[in-house]
Amino acid sequence: MTDWTRKTAAQMVEAMAAGEVTSSELVRAHLDRIAAVDGPETPSAVHAFLHIDADGALATAAAVDADRAAGVELPRLAGVPIAVKDVLVTKGLPTTAGSRILEGWIPPYDSTVASKIRAARMPILGKTNMDEFAMGSSTEHSGYGPTHNPWDLERIPGGSGGGSAASLAAWEAPLAIGSDTGGSIRQPAAVTGTVGVKPTYGGVSRYGAIALASSLDQLGPCARTVLDAAMLHEVMGGHDDMDATSLDEPVPACVDAAREGASGDLTGVRVGVITELGGSNDSGEGYQAGVKQRFEESLDAMRAAGAEIVEVSCPSFVYALAAYYLILPSEASSNLAKFDSVRFGMRVEKATIEKTMGATRAAGFGDEVKRRIILGTYALSAGYYDAYYGSAQKVRTLIQRDFAAAFEKADVLVSPTAPTTPFKLGERIDDPLAMYLNDVATIPANLAGIPGMSLPSGVAPEDGLPVGFQILAPAHEDARLYRVGAALESLLAARWGGNLIAQAPELEVSK
Amino acid sequence: MSSLERSDVARLAALARIDMTDDDLDRLSGQLSAIVDAVAQVSEVAGQDVPATSHPIPMANVHRADVVIPSLSQQAALSGAPDAEDGRFRVPQILGEEA
Repeated sequence: MTDWTRKTAAQMVEAMAAGEVTSSELVRAHLDRIAAVDGPETPSAVHAFLHIDADGALATAAAVDADRAAGVELPRLAGVPIAVKDVLVTKGLPTTAGSRILEGWIPPYDSTVASKIRAARMPILGKTNMDEFAMGSSTEHSGYGPTHNPWDLERIPGGSGGGSAASLAAWEAPLAIGSDTGGSIRQPAAVTGTVGVKPTYGGVSRYGAIALASSLDQLGPCARTVLDAAMLHEVMGGHDDMDATSLDEPVPACVDAAREGASGDLTGVRVGVITELGGSNDSGEGYQAGVKQRFEESLDAMRAAGAEIVEVSCPSFVYALAAYYLILPSEASSNLAKFDSVRFGMRVEKATIEKTMGATRAAGFGDEVKRRIILGTYALSAGYYDAYYGSAQKVRTLIQRDFAAAFEKADVLVSPTAPTTPFKLGERIDDPLAMYLNDVATIPANLAGIPGMSLPSGVAPEDGLPVGFQILAPAHEDARLYRVGAALESLLAARWGGNLIAQAPELEVSK
Repeated sequence: MSSLERSDVARLAALARIDMTDDDLDRLSGQLSAIVDAVAQVSEVAGQDVPATSHPIPMANVHRADVVIPSLSQQAALSGAPDAEDGRFRVPQILGEEA
């Protein structure tokens, strides 16, 4: 009997069209898998989901099946189940952004991306776990307990979108939505052996995505293959009048690019290795040996396929992490002011509204959120603004200039996605700076607004855990990621005899 | 630039409307101090004559058509409120209690 959870989204589309399977069967297979490996946080559960909507998913599937039987023309991904990061507001479905302050909130409206998922007739399996308000790299800052990495349940699944990435790696969903402010799509993809893409800033509407840092946030697709990510990207993207930062331009032709790239030919493509991120003059701090080894192997594979590997220097990147941890908290401290116990969420009632706000925010926010709000309040306060926030904005300009110069010499830039394979849950929870270092390679793309992808580069020989390979392209050139990413994916798959995720150990199924 | 003192954290927490116990202040002020010391590195570029970037993809004067579109009903808008009365958000006393 076919295990439909092991198929790609593209295969599910073909199988439904050929009458080999119905959407209802696909949804039931995934709900069964979720019931077997997921659930409330325990050492033996993945805990990728905060909420499951079995009835809603089955109803969408039944309607798609009926329309297909009646010969109604359907959108490409109609009937393919999807998991949605809990940062996206979904009408009638609980939405918490991983925070206790929003526990029990049922939104009265849909985010633009949720509307697009519904218009695409994709059954929503549920909402995935995340670090509270997307602040973190491990999901350990979720108010509802961490997600566990399906490769090793004692390890982090990355963050903030660890729930979405883990749901893919645990075969609980073929596709998922993520959001990426400093790497929250790409780093979880890297440590779970999956694919994640941060589109060009403005390429996907942020309307109804609970904001962390508005000038950095971008929603994007999470999948197990480059082609699947491309199909979801085209569903999510496009101009939206409800987001003033939305790009007024056509959705990039991601699917065509992915299909073209799948030939594996990279003749004439200039691939730039960033000196400061895994290149020759990298300070080397924290880059695990197996991560560098797999990175070099992927470069060799690209070179053998015709790519020209060049090295480019981005000297201002040394300031990127510091600038990011000033800009993000500054914007977050403002964005999170809305959680004031008045219009939605928790209220801890005191004698006055001011005391009520203080008590509510003390009870509803976790430590990482408190740290970042206070840091942002500090960075924006009189006397510090120019030295901190002002300088951080100058760094942003310098980083954009570095990228512009680098893209003169290369069509795409590459680096390891994360410096290490997934570390153990609890290992860095009390050391915020060590946690922040996870994002050193992913943050520059957010500061500059350019698109980035992470795809599997192999497993590190020393621990058998997945390594991610990052590809960056100039703003508006998202299709280039899919072209080059699909080529590398097919070159590596030929070597491995299939996608990396097939090498993930089987989870113990409790039932 | 000096790092963050415990009293600074207490003042900032009050500005940000987050009540903090002594334990909270003990725990967070050390961590915040270390973070501030690390990010202070950006001030090395403060003197450089470089324009600030506040937004990655510059845009100006973004408008949409000035037409009425469907919006939330009053009931829907109030549906998530901790307390509501007569079609409005209800909150505890707003002005100081000492008076």
